[in-house]
Amino acid sequence: MKKFDIIESQMVPIVTENIDTDQIIPARFLKSTSKKGFGKNLFRDWRYEKDGIPNSKFILNNKKYKGQILVAGNNFGCGSSREHAAWALKDYGFDVIISSFFADIFKGNALNNGILPIEVKPEILKKIFDVLKNEFKTTAIVNLHDQLFEIKDHNILVKFKIDNYSKQCLMNGYDDIDFLLSQRHKIISFEKKKKW
Amino acid sequence: MNKTLFDKVWDNHLVSSIKNGPDILYIDKHLIHEVTSPQAFDILKERKIDFFRPEKTIATVDHNVPTLNQHLPIKDLLSRNQVKTLTENCKKHGITLFGLGNQYQGIVHVIGPELGITQPGMTIVCGDSHTSTHGAFGCIAFGIGTSQVAQVFSSQALLVKKPKSMRIIINGNINENVQPKDIILYIISKLGTDAGNGYFVEFSGEVFENMTMEGRMTVCNMSIEMGARGGMISPDKKTIDYVIGRKFSPKDSILDQKIKYWKTLKTDCDAVFDKEYELDGNLIKPMITYGTNPGMAMKIDGTIPYSKDLSFKKALKYMGLKAGKKLLGKKINYVFIGSCTNSRIEDFRAVAKIINGKKKSKNVNALIVPGSQQVAKQIIDENLDIIFKKSGFEIRQPGCSACLAMNEDKIPDGEYCVSTSNRNFEGRQGQGARTFLASPETAAKVAINGQISL
Ligand code: SF4
Repeated sequence: MKKFDIIESQMVPIVTENIDTDQIIPARFLKSTSKKGFGKNLFRDWRYEKDGIPNSKFILNNKKYKGQILVAGNNFGCGSSREHAAWALKDYGFDVIISSFFADIFKGNALNNGILPIEVKPEILKKIFDVLKNEFKTTAIVNLHDQLFEIKDHNILVKFKIDNYSKQCLMNGYDDIDFLLSQRHKIISFEKKKKW
Repeated sequence: MNKTLFDKVWDNHLVSSIKNGPDILYIDKHLIHEVTSPQAFDILKERKIDFFRPEKTIATVDHNVPTLNQHLPIKDLLSRNQVKTLTENCKKHGITLFGLGNQYQGIVHVIGPELGITQPGMTIVCGDSHTSTHGAFGCIAFGIGTSQVAQVFSSQALLVKKPKSMRIIINGNINENVQPKDIILYIISKLGTDAGNGYFVEFSGEVFENMTMEGRMTVCNMSIEMGARGGMISPDKKTIDYVIGRKFSPKDSILDQKIKYWKTLKTDCDAVFDKEYELDGNLIKPMITYGTNPGMAMKIDGTIPYSKDLSFKKALKYMGLKAGKKLLGKKINYVFIGSCTNSRIEDFRAVAKIINGKKKSKNVNALIVPGSQQVAKQIIDENLDIIFKKSGFEIRQPGCSACLAMNEDKIPDGEYCVSTSNRNFEGRQGQGARTFLASPETAAKVAINGQISL
């Protein structure tokens, strides 16, 4: 996995709340056996009309908005555990997602794929949405080392939470598998002791 | 002695805890299927990792298999390739697979309990959110992402943060016409789809004690629709009787030892939960959803509530419904009875009882999809198939089917479907499809009457 560094980028706002993984990547696109290429179907049914023509009202089709940071409404990533949702977001080019709440499984999936989910207070989320409505070019800085999210022009500075383990993984570009493999000896001795 | 059921099972599987980080949790059983596993096998290959404990993984095909002509090659090439990939991967790593044509194939959460793979007090994971179903046996069972599938492949363990604990107690007398599905829809509608975020739920009280194992599975299955990591119910005599004698159940002296252990799996009376709710069972009525998440549910004879919330309005617009209106009498053209929530033999017995001697309404397309080959066989053994056919219902072969519409079983754009599955998200049952979630009994009545009815 790529090491996570400081990111400075424009933001893409999707105000909708409770965006479930079926919206992020509809089930009919889950037939692939590889991790690649899901980005083109990210938010497929919002992005395209039924006849395949891009829906000009949807934000991903608005050229003004771009960048590595997605800002989304409360309870992002609820619903199915499909990791394809995280792959689609990453493949599309998002490395950070800001919301006031993330569904548990999604959060884990995001971290396992080098996406940093940042939880901010609902007031802050609203403020970011308000800013982006008028000033789409606004950029934000995400500094994982110091756990800071900052929009300089608007005095938004958030110290976000991330557990130390996940932080180390992202910063060093290693993941849970590397760690678990290093713990196999403990797992084997646990198996020997385990009664049930 | 102040442990919850959850604590006991968790502690029994705790390999170690990382300071300022997650726990390493040992996994007893890993269930896999064709859709969320191929990329996990790829990870092993790319990183040259050996499969750690192949005997603890069991595979089936369910999500995208056709429910017609399962003996023929799958028409959809991508689906065929996923099934083929799973078959090859299982062969390569020595994993037991119940593939198409196998007498034990079926929806992963139906076959686990049915074959005795699921046993009280286990930790069970699967790359599917409704793994919570197995919590009905007092298991810690939860859905995982594909990276985590690869973690279990590599280490038979997972890194997880211990969730907070919640208890939902329901006592009282349940109305005769109220089903387990109504109870869980009631809970989610009362508490909200995010009430369980960060929690693992224990269901307790008379209502769950009196429930059949199948009913408990329906409840635990949908526990995640309130945002919880999973739900569980303490094993009792009913649980033990259910497990005994199944294909993979322990036998003889091992069984005796296990039963002793299973009987300890109860929340101590002085255990404290992080959050607790108590609901009154007497108040529960048959339920139906009207929106695009399972929490948007009401009494079937109720009126759709008003809300200024934008997401709420968006949901009603998608559903083509108006606040203040009733759903009773709404014409319905599609009925789907299946999915890991309600496709066990008990569900089909209940449906048969209601439709016996009656014909489905002409406008209705009524689909019966058994959860497994074993259930399909039982339907025939009990002559329920005759009742279904006489009533004009179509019986298909086992799989997830219209629950997530990955195969051909889709509800057409704009059409309404009363479904016994667990999700009514936009497009879940097909692009533009509009889903009303309800119990198998309600779905059966809708099929007969051609409209939403009591
Ligand atoms: S029946 Fe539906 S919810 Fe259950 S495992 Fe299959 S797709 Fe998932």
